Amino acid sequence: MSELKELIQDKLSKESFSGNGSLKALSQKGLELFNEQGIPTVKHEEWKYTRISAVLNKDFSYAVDATAVTAKDVDAFRLPGHEAANELVFVNGIYHAELSNIRSSVDELVILPLSEAVKAEYKIIVDANLGHSAGYHKDGINAMNNAFAYQGLFIAVKKNKSVEHPLYCYYINDARTVNVLSQPRTLIHVAVNAEVKIVEEEVTIGTSDSFINKISEIVVEENAQVHLYKIQNEDSHSSCVKTTHVRQVGVSKVNSVTITLNGGVIRNNLNFILEAPGCESNMYGLYCVKGTTHVDNHTIVDNKMPNSLSNELYKGIIDEKATAVFNGKIFVRQDAQKTNAYQSNKNILLSDTATVNTKPQLEIFADDVKCSHGCTIGRLDEEALFYLQSRGIGDKAAKALLLHAFAIEILEKIELEPIRQYVDQIISERLDFEI
Amino acid sequence: MSEMLNTLEQTALSEYKYGWVTDIEADEAPPGLNEDIVRFISAKKNEPEWMLEWRLKAYRHWLKMTEPEWANVKYPKIDYQSIKYYSAPKQKVTLNSLDEIDPELRATFEKLGISLDEQKRLSNVAVDAVIDSVSIATTFKKELAELGIIFCSMSEAVQEHPELIKKWLGSVVPMTDNYFSALNSAVFSDGSFCYIPKGVKSPMELSTYFRINAENTGQFERTLIVAEEGSYVSYLEGCTAPMRDENQLHAAVVEIVALDNAEVKYSTVQNWYPGDKDGKGGIYNFVTKRGICAGVNSKISWTQVETGSAVTWKYPSVILKGDNSQGEFYSVAVTNNHQQADTGTKMMHIGKNTRSRIVSKGISAGFSQNSYRGLVQVGKNATNARNFSQCDSLLLGDKCGAHTFPYIEVKNSTAQVEHEATTSKIGEDQIFYCNQRGLDTETAVALIINGFAKEVMNQLPMEFAVEAQKLLAISLEGSVG
Repeated sequence: MSELKELIQDKLSKESFSGNGSLKALSQKGLELFNEQGIPTVKHEEWKYTRISAVLNKDFSYAVDATAVTAKDVDAFRLPGHEAANELVFVNGIYHAELSNIRSSVDELVILPLSEAVKAEYKIIVDANLGHSAGYHKDGINAMNNAFAYQGLFIAVKKNKSVEHPLYCYYINDARTVNVLSQPRTLIHVAVNAEVKIVEEEVTIGTSDSFINKISEIVVEENAQVHLYKIQNEDSHSSCVKTTHVRQVGVSKVNSVTITLNGGVIRNNLNFILEAPGCESNMYGLYCVKGTTHVDNHTIVDNKMPNSLSNELYKGIIDEKATAVFNGKIFVRQDAQKTNAYQSNKNILLSDTATVNTKPQLEIFADDVKCSHGCTIGRLDEEALFYLQSRGIGDKAAKALLLHAFAIEILEKIELEPIRQYVDQIISERLDFEI
Repeated sequence: MSEMLNTLEQTALSEYKYGWVTDIEADEAPPGLNEDIVRFISAKKNEPEWMLEWRLKAYRHWLKMTEPEWANVKYPKIDYQSIKYYSAPKQKVTLNSLDEIDPELRATFEKLGISLDEQKRLSNVAVDAVIDSVSIATTFKKELAELGIIFCSMSEAVQEHPELIKKWLGSVVPMTDNYFSALNSAVFSDGSFCYIPKGVKSPMELSTYFRINAENTGQFERTLIVAEEGSYVSYLEGCTAPMRDENQLHAAVVEIVALDNAEVKYSTVQNWYPGDKDGKGGIYNFVTKRGICAGVNSKISWTQVETGSAVTWKYPSVILKGDNSQGEFYSVAVTNNHQQADTGTKMMHIGKNTRSRIVSKGISAGFSQNSYRGLVQVGKNATNARNFSQCDSLLLGDKCGAHTFPYIEVKNSTAQVEHEATTSKIGEDQIFYCNQRGLDTETAVALIINGFAKEVMNQLPMEFAVEAQKLLAISLEGSVG
């Protein structure tokens, strides 16, 4: 681990970020905490089931020349519907303006480096929100990203604007020559009455190891609506820790759908901090994994004010030697009376070498609430299978049909048709399901 | 609504009725913990060399360990050097009959509602009474011995059945298991030993009653139950302590072994002094309980009603090693005032076709924090394992907390594991319905709480169920009629 520390120190000393204020402070605090904590081990409760140190225990280069990536490289993995989308390309963790393609006007959508946003009219927003996630993740991984927060990107969705073109964000690691570690950082501000859809995908070019440690902080104001879609479909040499930290500071609605299909070690931290009364948050997840993929979804819903509703449904199909981890925390603070919070995690194990570790967790300090969680781990319903077989559907087809039906509940939550179809197609192929 | 809140708030005024002290001459060890104390305890009990060695090994291991901090409870650091590790009521000679027991002692147990007299025969329960550190009397020994059942204090067992103790002690909870079990292994002063021979169904319920009496003492008892092939026993455990301003430590270990086709049912009504309404005093209840279904078709069932203790840290577990074995855990945990409870269970599925069932009901009132923490683990070879868990929490008042931490780890595709949890308060509509049917609010609350806990209460042996239900009423006095 000392190597990683040296790498980070070295990189930071070369960069010598000259600014000051909140960015500098966060960067310094991040470095201090990282040096103190290092990479969390499995003794850290939050990392009990994910041995992240094994992933990072390799010879990583921090960042490679971003110019090696061309528009042609990007073409290879553009998501369907990109013709009508704002495409934001990050290369080795840093926003690449030339490769990006912004269709919305600046009246709707403002994209600025954080180091500039903090000097301009967005200073108050940046100061108040950047690094908010550090209060929920006091570990070396989060700290490591904070140390480089000054390289991050600021995105503002303007007041009363419904952004027509969804934001497609590609996080590219160029691992054609060396193992690459990157730490993208974004702060997204969705103003009053605004609406936006964001799709994220990580991409590794090349066959060396890739690790993305990403933090995305999103602030959602009164009456705003945000849709977040994540698609994770990489090779086994690509791993990531993705932290998405949503603060709902006004009555607002946020939907999140996380689809995990393949990869090395994938850790998703998804936090919803409900700071206004009457917020609605929906968190959906589907992991359909095999091989040796390790997928870990950690979610937090922190209800701070009354009358909020949160809904969480994560489903998983785990095959071969894959491992799935789920930890859902629901906090209901003393003031958050009349909170309704639901959580459910359902898993189907397809092989005896697959593993599921799940820990749904409720922490409740208010009495007038309705909270429930449920989780199941099992196999396909024998009776349903038998029913289908008795109707002349073969064993394999019947299984595929049932598994697809299991998955579709989540896919339906994607309100962006091209993306939904794209994911459905991958899943159908994976399950040998014919539409 | 306000009436209902009032009713609920009154819960904070409940009183502990077992808080008196008996003035009994006691034989005590000076406060502090070192090898000499361990030797002192061992010498007091006239133990053989191997037992002393075992204790010393545990003590040396304990020195290397640190107190666990992961539980969702807060309490000031325990000063292990200020505790007295041994306190025994003075008795001059070995007793031949129960009539010879110190009348003070006898009165103590009468007051607790536990008669040590033979008339207890009517209720058909054999009692082992443990006061502070030692077992003072065991009833029905002779009758049980006729069937081959050994039911005696741990000290006696070490003397009279060393081969059994050597074989089984520490076999389920190794001395190195955790901080408190290591401490217990080093300084345990007494406890109960129970051995059911092959094919014997115990004709009566066996029961241990624990009472902390002396000041500044810790209680460290150890219970070991071995059920041989095809045997059955139902075991009860109860406990109380006087009201004191200082916190007292109780770190017990319970081990259960069930061999082929054996069944053990273990019921606890835990009513240690919970501290006063400002959270002063009370017992720290840090207990390790574990059973192993070592044989095929064996079954271990834990039922607990937890109403006492300032801080509880307790996870009765079952290791389901034998094929077709079954584990059960039923719990009602009530916390009031400033009590904190972190309790739950572990079910470890190892054998094939193993089944487990967890029903946990938490009731929090006042300023208390009540946590369920459980683990369900299905190993690679545990084909057709089945688990169902249900944890419900009821919040009475807006200053208390209810928390759930279920860990589920599955490595076998044929496993079927279900977990569900809910948290809610007593609904206004429920109260309204009862009111409308002519029940006043207090009775309605009582009715609802009783209904909430019923699933667990039903698992208790008759005798205990009555006591437990009363206890539930006392703990939540004001809201339960």
